[in-house]
Amino acid sequence: MKEEIKLMKGNEAVAHAAIRYGADGYFGYPITPQSEIMETLMEEKPWETSGMVVIQAESEVAAINMVYGGAACGKRVMTSSSSPGISLKQEGISYMAGAELPALIVNVMRGGPGLGTIQPSQADYFQTVKGGGHGDYRLITLAPNSVQEMADHVALGFDLAFKYNNPAMILSDGVIGQMMEKVILPEQKPRKTEAEIRREQPWATLGKTKDRRPNIITSLELDPAAMERNNIRFQEKYKKIEENEALYEALSCEDAEYLIVAFGSMARISQKVTEMAREEGMKVGLFRPITLWPFPKKQLKEYGKKVKGILTVELNAGQMVEDVRLAVECAVPVHYFGRLGGIVPTPDEVFGELKKLCK
Amino acid sequence: MKHEIIIAGFGGQGVLSMGKILAYSGLMENKEVTWFPSYGPEQRGGTANVTVILSDDKISSPVLNSYDIAIILNQPSLDKFESRIKPGGTLIYDGYGISSPPLRQDIGIFETDAMNTAVGEGNSKAFNMIVLGGMLKLCPMVTLESVMKGLKKSLPERNHKFLPMNEKAILRGMEIIRAVG
Repeated sequence: MKEEIKLMKGNEAVAHAAIRYGADGYFGYPITPQSEIMETLMEEKPWETSGMVVIQAESEVAAINMVYGGAACGKRVMTSSSSPGISLKQEGISYMAGAELPALIVNVMRGGPGLGTIQPSQADYFQTVKGGGHGDYRLITLAPNSVQEMADHVALGFDLAFKYNNPAMILSDGVIGQMMEKVILPEQKPRKTEAEIRREQPWATLGKTKDRRPNIITSLELDPAAMERNNIRFQEKYKKIEENEALYEALSCEDAEYLIVAFGSMARISQKVTEMAREEGMKVGLFRPITLWPFPKKQLKEYGKKVKGILTVELNAGQMVEDVRLAVECAVPVHYFGRLGGIVPTPDEVFGELKKLCK
Repeated sequence: MKHEIIIAGFGGQGVLSMGKILAYSGLMENKEVTWFPSYGPEQRGGTANVTVILSDDKISSPVLNSYDIAIILNQPSLDKFESRIKPGGTLIYDGYGISSPPLRQDIGIFETDAMNTAVGEGNSKAFNMIVLGGMLKLCPMVTLESVMKGLKKSLPERNHKFLPMNEKAILRGMEIIRAVG
């Protein structure tokens, strides 16, 4: 398949991008608003073309453990779900972080807590960037704000996961998953051959060869001294990721007196707000973290020094705002505006809040 | 140029697919497009709406305060969206099922008799294309050729035999759209 321009939903873009990346397997269980990911994969039947496996598991827990198994073999494997299903996957995610396995997980967030609603939300920010599962681990977190980025972040997420042997998550929401936009799908890449995997992922459990000891994939280490060493190694890795992989987009920030900080769908709405503000002569910029972990704190700190105030806009009760405050180190007041439980604010609503701040 | 459009009506009227065809048509002309549906536990007979944006430039928010064009296919949608049309904007509605017609003085108001026409001509499935034709007559934001190309792209191949019928419906819609008041 050559590079192609298509019109599709964010969810569909994830499916197509996974096939074209040369992913080896997808394991999932349906839930709104992300069911189109598996639906599209089933429709495309990649097992007949690239050889990618697509399985509807019996539950989210089964799906994430199938991912664990595939990842342990050095395969490019993924799963997707929405908030309640992602909660069910947390044990598996923590185990993969502990076993240092690369994998891609997609969360198309909906309103919670509990079963909540099927409407868009960003209330899983804490769960994703602060933990979710147990233990001192970090999840590489990408926040696409368009259908194009839904596709692009599949490749980016897999690349980062394999670069650091760590699970990565695409943290999207119902707006980005359900809307259709133009998307450029990349050319089909071949799946990795077994020889390539053996070379690039020498830890993979693809069958022992005579020249090496057995590979063992586990997160279990009963000797606390050894477990501490493991943890120190994880922390060193996380530090490296924080130093090297933070991504962000700064729009109209250079001369800005006020900044909006927002990610994903709220960054799109906030972009419109900055356009409205500029039309009224207000110097407002938008800082959009593309990676939520690592959070682009150094870059935000620099922009924070130059402005009079910051407004974070989120579809939750104020989660990312904590990281924004930590990043700017109290150099500037940081305010929060958000809607909860599946309600998406209009640009007017956000603009109203911004005006209060700029007074 | 940018066109910000809301299409709203009952589920099953072809609201979402009309939006999709419009978005595809924009894509055929290499425009930037965004199609954002109200999604939810929707069912036939419930309300459904979709925001479609066609633009020469990159589109920021898929969620809008107000619209250049509203295509309204039932009373609840008229109640909800009449006030959210930009001054100088365009309201197109199908008279079927509208009990209290729109009152705004600062917008252009147009009626299409698409439902009755579609049923009368024994082609109720082409209802949404008749409505779309009316809009394209008033606001020719994409060419008929692009719409037909878009339709071809959005319909599965087994339904390509319906393309001429759809084209006829669009042309019929262009004929029957009329200004109100």
